[in-house]
Amino acid sequence: MSHFERFIAEASSAAGQTDALLLALTVVSVLVVGGISLTIAVFAVRWHAGSKAPRGPVPDRSRVAEGLWIGIPLLVFLGIFIWAAVLFHQLRTPPPGALAIDVVAKQWMWKIQHPDGQREINELHIPVNRPIELVMTSQDVIHSFFVPAFRIKQDVLPGRYTTLSFTPIRTGRYQLFCAEFCGTNHSEMRGTVIVMSPSAFSDWLAANPGEGSLADQGAALFREYGCSGCHGASSTVHAPKLNGLYGHPVMLANGTQVTADARYIRDSILLPASQVAAGYTPIMPSFKGQVSEEDILKLVAYIRSLSVAENQP
Amino acid sequence: MTTIAAEGAPSYISAGYTLRSWLTTRDHKRIALLYGVSILFFFLVAAAAAAMIRLELLTPAGDLVDDDTYNKLFTVHGVVMVWFFLIPSIPSTFGNFLIPLMIGAKDVAFPRLNLASWYIYTLGGLFVVVTLIAGGVDTGWTFYTPYTTMFSNSHVILAVTGVFIVGFSSIFTGLNFIVTVHQMRAPGMTWFRLPLFVWAHYATSLVMVLATPVLAMTLALIAIERLLGVGIFDPALGGDPLLFQHLFWFYSHPAVYIMILPAMGVVSEVITCFSRKPVFGYQFMVYSLLAIAAVGFMVWGHHMFVSGQSMYAGMVFSLLSFLVAIPSAIKVFNWTATLYKGSVRFDAPMLYALGFIGLFMMGGITGIWLAALAADVHLTDTYFVVAHFHYIMVGGAVMAFFSALHFWWPKVTGRLYPDGWARAGAIVMFVGFNLTFFPQYIAGYLGMPRRYHVYPPEFQVLNVLSSGGAVVLGVGYLLPLLYLWWSLRRGRLAGANPWGATGLEWQTPSPPPTYNFASAPRVEGPPYAYQAGGTDGR
Repeated sequence: MSHFERFIAEASSAAGQTDALLLALTVVSVLVVGGISLTIAVFAVRWHAGSKAPRGPVPDRSRVAEGLWIGIPLLVFLGIFIWAAVLFHQLRTPPPGALAIDVVAKQWMWKIQHPDGQREINELHIPVNRPIELVMTSQDVIHSFFVPAFRIKQDVLPGRYTTLSFTPIRTGRYQLFCAEFCGTNHSEMRGTVIVMSPSAFSDWLAANPGEGSLADQGAALFREYGCSGCHGASSTVHAPKLNGLYGHPVMLANGTQVTADARYIRDSILLPASQVAAGYTPIMPSFKGQVSEEDILKLVAYIRSLSVAENQP
Repeated sequence: MTTIAAEGAPSYISAGYTLRSWLTTRDHKRIALLYGVSILFFFLVAAAAAAMIRLELLTPAGDLVDDDTYNKLFTVHGVVMVWFFLIPSIPSTFGNFLIPLMIGAKDVAFPRLNLASWYIYTLGGLFVVVTLIAGGVDTGWTFYTPYTTMFSNSHVILAVTGVFIVGFSSIFTGLNFIVTVHQMRAPGMTWFRLPLFVWAHYATSLVMVLATPVLAMTLALIAIERLLGVGIFDPALGGDPLLFQHLFWFYSHPAVYIMILPAMGVVSEVITCFSRKPVFGYQFMVYSLLAIAAVGFMVWGHHMFVSGQSMYAGMVFSLLSFLVAIPSAIKVFNWTATLYKGSVRFDAPMLYALGFIGLFMMGGITGIWLAALAADVHLTDTYFVVAHFHYIMVGGAVMAFFSALHFWWPKVTGRLYPDGWARAGAIVMFVGFNLTFFPQYIAGYLGMPRRYHVYPPEFQVLNVLSSGGAVVLGVGYLLPLLYLWWSLRRGRLAGANPWGATGLEWQTPSPPPTYNFASAPRVEGPPYAYQAGGTDGR
């Protein structure tokens, strides 16, 4: 790919772009640090005490210099800012059709749930050239999902979802680090991301069947936790119906509007009073402390499946 | 170049030799020395922790200490270096000693408060010592929640209390300096005749007074959540962990400027003195100092680009972080221009100051890397960040501290140190510093996360280089301790003004008498009235 690849692999679509930015920063840094150091050295040697170099009067200020010394860095900085911000915006914008995979972090391991129900610990198998979106949460403290070969990093927080999207472009095994200090075995909270060819990936999926897809497991939990008593199709309770909900806007009782994403559904299960849908009374009990993070993600998968199914012809 | 103080007035040192005379002193110069001894102690404690860390990292496996001990080592290193060495380092010692001298005052505005702030510092330090004896704390100096409040099994409350207390000594010092500069200037010492060292401390004091209370509140909230279980930061209790990060960095980013602004003040004095020229763009330098202090309050979110903070907040903080770099760049350009057609001498203080500029530039420019959003995504929480802030805090602030130590040592002690040894010390420190920390930039780019007790073997070469460099750096720190100690008894007498420097502090004997000046000095002109090319610049 490029110059940097000798040092670490550029294994995601973003890696080459980040490296190009880093190379530009390196060039600017070498020019600035080298240029100023050289200037200092030349001035200090040429005009060292006792040298015969001409001195003559020099101004002790200069408006032109002041203007240049604000203007030149400002222009260079603005250029770098815009470049880096555009790349950051790309990193944060999940590509359409991304494969959503759940990550639950805990002291000191990474637990992964695939949509089809495959589960793994400290390993993440993904297909090459397919956009991936990780939906991540923590069971305890803050962790951070860091894959140097992908040039990506995102903190994983308790009590909410953060997402991380990327497209792996090269098969292989890449290191996964926890990058946010999380206690005793922080430095051992590592794993491997295994990027596979699409056929190898489907073989891997087939060889590691879970207990049904996440959505199916979520459907079972939906009944088990009694969600269906109110939200089910045959229920007589005045509760929001969940078919076709996922990914669509929801009007709230307070007049604002939110998109029903994983974050909204999670909050509605754990903190139902915080975002009440317009036209409904806040009668839902909180399930805080009763449902594990993995189960909540399965419920989210189920509710998401209710929309996907509906959209299909 | 005779002194204007009456001959025979006792120096501040000979004013009393008993322990009591020191512990009850209200003389700013003696309080500065009390601070000097205290921060030296804590520097050695934190340096010992760093030595253990570098030893452990010689091998990828965790073979010297266990996980928890390692975590406690880097925590004590950070907590002690930041709050018990770096923040008080230049202000509480050289600031305390020199500000009244430089503005032609007898003392600071509130001498009792000045002594009180040293006692408060000592009390805070005592808590840290007790924390260490009790078994340490393992949260990292950043105290991130909910780990710190709900998960750590170490002595969080003791450590947090120590930092809470020491913050008040910072606030009192800042308050004292602000009032002193406003109220105690000698006749003719107008604002734009103040030495840049004083301006730098004025800007620093504003940050100390405005930012430190936020730290105190944040630490109090940690204690409330940890002791009483009130949900503030832990989501399991209904709190928000990012709230902690916002509050913490609202103090801790400006805290970086508490460390670096005084260093810039020192370097400005030294560069002009050893170039024999007025500093280039004096007023521009003053406004740069104030701009850094002001804009520095608005960039804290650049520590949080990958924390889960909104993308747009990240963009605003990124832009502001680029802007705060401009006044720093201006200062480097102006120091460089000050050398132009000067009469440059390479005495030890100058070597340290030039070393400061080089290392500060490296630290500053890599700060630009970290302010650039997409680059930060990869680099944050790696050794790149560790290298970056050590270039600023150790390469910058500590080099400047040693520059100040060598520049004003003759004034403080009345003695000269052996010049050859001191120049060698400056070079060893510069080389050792780069050997220690430059490899960490590379390790960070390659993906080595910080705070890792065990690490993948491919990072070993860089870690061995870094640990080897730390030995050289250690020698660089020990050398001045030895020859400065030697100079106390054997050094040549310095006289009032061994460097031929301008500035009121050089117009009174070395060491100065208790009330600094025999009669209140009158200031007639601008600072830095050096004449390049003159025989000795006078």
